[in-house]
Amino acid sequence: MFGNLTAAAFEHNWIVNAAVASMGLALVGVAALLTYLRRWRWLWREWLTTLDHKRIGVMYLVVAAVMLFKGGVDALMMRGQQAVAAGAAQGYLSANHYDQIFTAHGVTMIFFVAMPLVFGLFNLIIPLQIGSRDVAFPFLNAVSFWLFAAGAALFNASLAVGHFAATGWLAYPPLSELAYSPGVGVDYWIWCLQIAGIGSLLSGINFLATIITMRAPGMKLMKMPMFIWNALGTIVLVVFAFPVLTATLGMLFLDRFFSMHFFTAAAGGNAMMYVNLIWSWGHPEVYILVLPAFGIFSEVVSVFSEKKIFGYASMVAATAAITLLSFMVWLHHFFTMGAGADVNAFFGIATMVIAIPTGVKIFNWLFTMYKGRVHFTTPMYWFFGFVATFTLGGMAGVLMAVPAADFELHNSLFLVAHFHTMIVGGVLFGLFAGFTYWFPKFTGFKLDERLGKWAFWCWIVGFFLAFVPLYILGFMGATRRLDHYAASTGWQPLFIVAGIGAVIIAIGVLFQLAQIVVSILWRERYRDTTNGDPWNGRTLEWSVGTPVPVYNFAVIPNAAERDPLWEAKRRGCWPPKENPAYEDITLPRNSAVPVIIAALGFLFGFGIVWHIVWLALASAAGIVAALITRSCDNDTEYVISAAEVERMESQRMESRLQKP
Amino acid sequence: MNSGTTINDEKRYFGFWAYLMSDCLLFGALFAAYAVLRGNVAGGPAGSEIFSLPFVFGETLILLTSSFTAGLASLAAYRGSKRGVLGWLTATFALGAAFLAMEMTEFTRLVRSGNGPQRSGFLTSYFTLVGTHGLHIAAGLLWMAVLIVQIAASRSLTPKMARRVSLLGLFWHFLDIVWIFIFTIVYLMGVM
Amino acid sequence: MNRFPLLDPKGIIGLDERNLMIVAAVLMLLVVIPVYIMAFVIARRYRAGNTGREYRPDWGSSWRYELAWWAFPCAVILVLSIITWQSSHALDPSQPIASPAAPLTIQVVALDWKWLFIYPQQHIASVNLAVIPVGTPIDFEITADAPMNSFWIPRLGGQIYAMPGMATHLHLMADVPGDYRGLSANFSGAGFSDMTFTARAESAGEFTAWAAGIAAATTTDPALTAPSFEALAKPSTAVAPVFYSSADPALYNEIVKQYVR
Repeated sequence: MFGNLTAAAFEHNWIVNAAVASMGLALVGVAALLTYLRRWRWLWREWLTTLDHKRIGVMYLVVAAVMLFKGGVDALMMRGQQAVAAGAAQGYLSANHYDQIFTAHGVTMIFFVAMPLVFGLFNLIIPLQIGSRDVAFPFLNAVSFWLFAAGAALFNASLAVGHFAATGWLAYPPLSELAYSPGVGVDYWIWCLQIAGIGSLLSGINFLATIITMRAPGMKLMKMPMFIWNALGTIVLVVFAFPVLTATLGMLFLDRFFSMHFFTAAAGGNAMMYVNLIWSWGHPEVYILVLPAFGIFSEVVSVFSEKKIFGYASMVAATAAITLLSFMVWLHHFFTMGAGADVNAFFGIATMVIAIPTGVKIFNWLFTMYKGRVHFTTPMYWFFGFVATFTLGGMAGVLMAVPAADFELHNSLFLVAHFHTMIVGGVLFGLFAGFTYWFPKFTGFKLDERLGKWAFWCWIVGFFLAFVPLYILGFMGATRRLDHYAASTGWQPLFIVAGIGAVIIAIGVLFQLAQIVVSILWRERYRDTTNGDPWNGRTLEWSVGTPVPVYNFAVIPNAAERDPLWEAKRRGCWPPKENPAYEDITLPRNSAVPVIIAALGFLFGFGIVWHIVWLALASAAGIVAALITRSCDNDTEYVISAAEVERMESQRMESRLQKP
Repeated sequence: MNSGTTINDEKRYFGFWAYLMSDCLLFGALFAAYAVLRGNVAGGPAGSEIFSLPFVFGETLILLTSSFTAGLASLAAYRGSKRGVLGWLTATFALGAAFLAMEMTEFTRLVRSGNGPQRSGFLTSYFTLVGTHGLHIAAGLLWMAVLIVQIAASRSLTPKMARRVSLLGLFWHFLDIVWIFIFTIVYLMGVM
Repeated sequence: MNRFPLLDPKGIIGLDERNLMIVAAVLMLLVVIPVYIMAFVIARRYRAGNTGREYRPDWGSSWRYELAWWAFPCAVILVLSIITWQSSHALDPSQPIASPAAPLTIQVVALDWKWLFIYPQQHIASVNLAVIPVGTPIDFEITADAPMNSFWIPRLGGQIYAMPGMATHLHLMADVPGDYRGLSANFSGAGFSDMTFTARAESAGEFTAWAAGIAAATTTDPALTAPSFEALAKPSTAVAPVFYSSADPALYNEIVKQYVR
């Protein structure tokens, strides 16, 4: 009846119990609050069943924020462990628990924080920047989000029921095979990634179709905003890379569930094939995360320098080059496999070549400021933080791209410091900049600048304190994933400094939280009084009112120039003098089907993890039934009449004029 | 933004092509795994010892024919002929089902003789590659069945249904092409 | 420097690898330092409050500048690429070290969670202690009867993976006697943190005496045979050094081949 699920799955140590209890309390608290405020219907109608890309975007960000908290706690626990676990002191975590934590930390931060931040921003921004009323496939978009949410839920369920993988975030076999990891941990890992990954793949297809087929009239490829170019590179990578992840996870699943031999040590399996496959997804994944950040900085630097982006064509070429090259470098993640000098040298050089377009981008950003008027807003602070950290991390990266040097640096804390520099300094700082920059577009008020800058200083100081020691520890021969180490190594002081750095970063996160809360509570003080264009923007998203109406654009704009809004403002034809001719607008109706599919997807994953075959089969059948039902539904859209659009637009104008 | 307009079609066709491209990469990964593992027989049989080329050739002919009938269904959909679509889709369904039945027969035979996917790295990759194609065929058949019922139940062939027939046709041709690669790389090269 | 094995190597390979890192880092600094300076100077000079500076909002491209920063990184990467190509071949771990001394082969097996060293020429074996003669090139033949590990003696040079069913080679040489920390660099499960060993570099004479002593101690040190290996291979953590007075010469190949069958 319950497969392998027994009462033992609910027995944990006190740390996990505390985590589960706080998770449960948080859920109960939210439920109680919704009941007290009588908001359940509102939640269901306005949010859970919505097909509006803007709301889906917001939901992505909410999940990302929750998961960032979880991943952050993981990080603090690891830093705590390594700060104390020298010599006879083995720390407060058992080896297996520590191993689960670093695995979970990587999975959380990459799949359930960085990815949803990227897709959240894509949802919020792409349709608006290309002058479209929606994404190409709104229903599919909701399915993608909810599958992602189901993956996140399954991941969190592993904390309460059973345990998570203790294999490292990429679960290399044979360690992740049944022979060495017999529990459910790796199965949870497979299925939370598989379900969320399929969501990402569908999102990629959706946004590819959106950018290619739904741009406003006049917006030729070479007129697209830089953010859109980077988004295009990102989703091309998603569409090409994620199927490989799906296939690889599928193979590992077959090995574990049906005792097959893709990657087993015995019976003709080949574990190195897994390492090749997973990195031929994994390296593009790095650029899936960092390209959107590049796009954000292109927007932010240009707007806050009041100057057009420097070297647009160079930037496009660099983006395309990075997209292409990112498929040709995966082997640099395992030079130490012993592939031979020619192969290693080829992949090492290919890796270094990526540094060229990346360097070009940085020079172009710097020259966007040159002869501009640079405003030191919070997003620009994040940009400078990015330049400081990313160039450092890039230097470390090129160092490791030299195979013979990598033999000494691979798997060390130098490597850990390197990729955190890229992902924190590159990806996260970029997404923070984008969040701050676009926040007023969707709320009508800005985020508090002072708290934002305090958060920035905590992050940057904490970052250097946390990761410079790790670079140094790498030179001391410290490897990653150690739950304790000999006192004679002399590493402990540096680990303590790194721990202090992590705490300072945590304080930075608290400032960010405070920034959001303060800005919401006293929103009148931060109110955007500029008709939805608080930063003197250049691109189309700033041409629509705030908050953005459900149809985005009452009239589809013309975008024959780069920076169309900026050009219109300069010519004095913005805001438009006379009322435009409105037309009927067709929009997708809400649908409960995506939520249902995701719920069934969660049950499917849970059933497979615990070998509850009937549950898995029933859930799969349910998903098919839900899809068939949806395909029979011919009433999936509704129309807002031209008259109604006109009424809504004039109402928006009036309410805006009444504001102080 | 209406479901029937051309722009909608453009994005749907483009989106579906993008999906096919990604599916292509999924198969690419499975082909790569097969290429790596095909020699790892671990004491078990190699392809030449277990493949029955005439049988597989029969499967191939059936699938190729079904691809032809799927094409005729698409053409009928362009003409707006409900009867034509229903007829050709049913024919395609029958051929697809026959293909799948033959594949199941082959799998059963192999498993019965102790050469199941657990036997060796080679057989693992073989069953997974061919089985994933079979799973796609099964999904296509399900899609086809639903579409047949939907079309049969409606008064006339709506543009939405016609588009689905044509997208299904694309999917089916795609599976046909994948099969040709499987036939060549797995079976022909396996026997040679 | 005593605590920085990577910066204070005790072997020729480690030394070459350290020098390579320094050269590469200096080359990278040629790009990084200008970026830091430019970021600071430009941002300061063109800050919005600094009126009177030239403001050209439409100035968006310049052949000369853009060519410069495509060409400049290209040049640096070109130099680095040449260095990479040469060093990848010169420091290929599977390539023997040129030396007048005859090389010594040591077969290494990564186990859950300890290291087994078989000396095929001396017919002895040891666990978690690898004694090597100074000035003699060592050919480490590496495999695993466990999840994938990575064999690494930071002070002597880079690492290489230890994989079940596969055999990799790592050529290292110690130039100075001493006890060097060896470890697994690739996570392999719960006992991974204690999967360390000592690489003890001694003079050739001391090494020969040590090996002879082990071989002679047949009463205290058991023989390494298939059954005793099986017992050893069972998971255990933080294992103190163990010695085997004789070692089955076919054992290593059998360990590698057991998975290929």
